[in-house]
Amino acid sequence: MKLLGQLTRHLLLALGGVYMLAPIVLMLASAFTPTADILAGNYLARPTLDNFVEVARTVPLGTYYLNSVLVALATFALQLVVCVPAAYAMARLRYRGRTITVWLLGLLILIPFQVLAIPIYLIFRQVGLINTLPALILPFVGSAFAIFLLRQFFLALPGSMFDAATLDGAGTVATLLQIVIPASRPALLSLGVFTVTSAWNAYFWPSFVLSDDSAATIPFGVVRFINSDAVTAYGPQMAMATLSVLPLLLAFLFAQRQFIRGLALTGQAG
Amino acid sequence: MSAPVHIRAVSKSFEGAKRQTTRILDGVSLTAPAGQITTILGESGCGKTTLLRIVAGLETATSGGIHIGEREVTSVHPSRRGVAMVFQNYGLYPAKTVAKNIEFPLKMAGVAPAERRTRGLAAATLLHIDHVMDRMPAQLSGGQRQRVGIARALARDPEILLMDEPLSNLDAQLRIEMRAELVAMQRRIGSTMLYVTHDQTEAMTMSDRVVVMRGGHIEQQGTPEEVFQVPATTYVAAFLGNMNLAPAPASETGAGAGTTLGVRPEHFLPADHSVPQEGDLCIEGAIEYAELLGTDRILHVRAGDTLWRARVDAALPLHERITVRARAANVHRFDAESGVRLAV
Repeated sequence: MKLLGQLTRHLLLALGGVYMLAPIVLMLASAFTPTADILAGNYLARPTLDNFVEVARTVPLGTYYLNSVLVALATFALQLVVCVPAAYAMARLRYRGRTITVWLLGLLILIPFQVLAIPIYLIFRQVGLINTLPALILPFVGSAFAIFLLRQFFLALPGSMFDAATLDGAGTVATLLQIVIPASRPALLSLGVFTVTSAWNAYFWPSFVLSDDSAATIPFGVVRFINSDAVTAYGPQMAMATLSVLPLLLAFLFAQRQFIRGLALTGQAG
Repeated sequence: MSAPVHIRAVSKSFEGAKRQTTRILDGVSLTAPAGQITTILGESGCGKTTLLRIVAGLETATSGGIHIGEREVTSVHPSRRGVAMVFQNYGLYPAKTVAKNIEFPLKMAGVAPAERRTRGLAAATLLHIDHVMDRMPAQLSGGQRQRVGIARALARDPEILLMDEPLSNLDAQLRIEMRAELVAMQRRIGSTMLYVTHDQTEAMTMSDRVVVMRGGHIEQQGTPEEVFQVPATTYVAAFLGNMNLAPAPASETGAGAGTTLGVRPEHFLPADHSVPQEGDLCIEGAIEYAELLGTDRILHVRAGDTLWRARVDAALPLHERITVRARAANVHRFDAESGVRLAV
């Protein structure tokens, strides 16, 4: 009986695994198979790198990667600069209207970005930011969710630590930089994982504000490639898709532990 | 390097919800003599921690003032008062090593790195934690963490050392060891120490002066002997040493109506083993319950409506009934209404 239970459990887990991994396996297999073979269903019968060569020949991959890296890093850096002080103020400082700001923050979390997309687009068009890198970065800086995540973490830090800092002569800035930030590495890491992955994978907003390759990020490039003359060129498409997720996959493999811890924290707070 | 702390008529109220003001401290005045240990003793919610935080400058008094030595510090920033504080839950910086924790106040004060290290190490050596200087707080035991907290407080040679229940989070055995060690440390460095606790044993064993607080005011202050031997109120009598308190029986001469009698359990003598004297208080009753403490036994003796606790030798044979006596000098009298000690 015990054995049967074990078997069932493993079978179910295996099914789940197949369900989750099959699309990725299919993507990888297709990337190395000529399009003709894919259509015939003969995956990896004659493995080839031609698809990647084709992608490299027709797509400005370097530009896409550079743009994606710039957008992800800049978004995260600016998020830190804006959200850490904001969250600290909301968690620890006393000021007039504090309760209202916390309520407003909660309200902002509830507003989906899609609602704000068009107003932001109109503003950006006014100031000439359309089709530039800042257009991809600025809307995601100072996000309510990030402030909320950090605020919850700061609230959980022991009050006596802040009292000790006050007595030790650390002002607000010193407390923030020398004590709170080092003590908040798990939360900052989690924010980093969250910010970088969502910036890297973003397609909805880039599709609004981008019109050509100059500021294009990878997801935009993938779709652009699929919509170009390569509509049925599954091989090169999958090669392109593989290249688009490769950096995140590699990052995940190298920093698996921090990644998972970071995601777990995001789940707790959100 | 030490100075007395004068707390002058300090009151503190909070404005709560619905404009209700809650009074935490009500005109508290006391002096912590230079170079001595003054303990503020009381149950949770009596305002003792708030008082300590006002001395530290972490909270502001609604009225009243704090003087350290000749200096009025009521509105001086906490870091410039010459005070250091030790917290119940340590208040360490989790992302800094032990050495960095201890040196942090020196760093903030702009002390040069080399001198920081020397002084940090000296403080750590005093607390016997110089071998864990490179560890993170999370890798230390509770006792070690509190040692780091104390070493950090000592690092900048404070005139005044404030301790907020520093031993409450530690194991019983460790607490007993640290008690003696803290006193020895205070004697060596000679700082004025204000020590907040709810533990009467800590107050009795460590203090030069005890201040008993209750509901935002001072119930009694004095040396541990004074407070224990001559409790000013029934509250102090019960809180320190768990005194028996009962309405004076009609037979008892010299006690008028509305008098509460107080006798410490250890001041009861078995009648069979003691010589009667003029003015003894005699209690005769049934033994309801007996607790063996080792060498002693606590008997719960029912006499009329009153249950008395008598601490007797464990070797004393137990019967159903017993008569115990207390010498007149050991019988305390309090006003039944106010609980205040009556002059003899």
